[in-house]
Amino acid sequence: MNDLHLTLQAQFPDDVLEVHNHFGDETAVVRREKIQEIAAWIKKNELFDLNVLIDLTAVDGSELKWKPRFEVVYHFYSVRKNHRLRLKVRADEKDSVPTLTGLWPIANWFEREVWDMFGIRFEGHPDLRRILLYPEFTGHPLRKDYPVNKRHPLIGPKN
Amino acid sequence: MEVMDDRFVSGGFQTSKLDAVLGWARKFSIFQYPFVTACCGMEYMSTACSHYDVDRFGAGLPRFSPRQSDVLFVVGTISHKLAPVLKQIYDQMADPKWVVAFGVCTCTGGFYDNYATVQGIDTLLPVDVYIPGCPPRPENVIDGLIKLQEKIQNQKQEV
Repeated sequence: MNDLHLTLQAQFPDDVLEVHNHFGDETAVVRREKIQEIAAWIKKNELFDLNVLIDLTAVDGSELKWKPRFEVVYHFYSVRKNHRLRLKVRADEKDSVPTLTGLWPIANWFEREVWDMFGIRFEGHPDLRRILLYPEFTGHPLRKDYPVNKRHPLIGPKN
Repeated sequence: MEVMDDRFVSGGFQTSKLDAVLGWARKFSIFQYPFVTACCGMEYMSTACSHYDVDRFGAGLPRFSPRQSDVLFVVGTISHKLAPVLKQIYDQMADPKWVVAFGVCTCTGGFYDNYATVQGIDTLLPVDVYIPGCPPRPENVIDGLIKLQEKIQNQKQEV
């Protein structure tokens, strides 16, 4: 354990809202407005050296009565140091999360996927379109309030 | 149904019905178009290879152009995004043509009862033979192929 989450909390005491390392996964929940600054810092910093954005996804906590409703989850990995850090930001339906496209080009497609499935907007994203589903689709199917039987067929019978 | 009998070999002549002869010719020249999208493709490949020898049924030569094929093998999950493509492939095939639904996903949607998946390709195309299984074993596929041959033999032949 490198306690990266605790180091990050010491570095940004006002912007890291909470930390934990359940099951050895070092995690920090940070303020949404500061995600670009913190991500740029952990990418450059010698101790962290987190040069890979492994995954970017979201969780809908509406059935768990989360306020705000969504968590956007970032997984970072350092190839040279072989360690990981998870960041989370919280967002509501009308909020938009600052994009990480400028730091990691792969964030472009990850954020499009999160927009497609959860309907979370990313501020500053160059091309926020659906990536997996087709343009005719309405709604965001991984939201917990998406009706389980709702279909948007292009041809064939409508439901 | 016996189309020709042994007297044919010993010279002389043979009487039959045009429908029966055409059916006999068509059922042993099944040129398939494999529309493979998912894991069923593995089972399709093992069926199509030499161990199970579908050349016995005249089905040993898959064509990768819909213009040259007689039977559309829909092998694997069809999503709503893909459905117009499948319909177009079907429309491009020349008559007479048949459709085989290979695996439960094409028969009913299988366990993909969700926003993305077509709930059975028979909502889009007329299906002649259903081969259930997840995925079906080659023996099931050969059974389906024999049932398709019976259907081709016994149907009214359009000339």
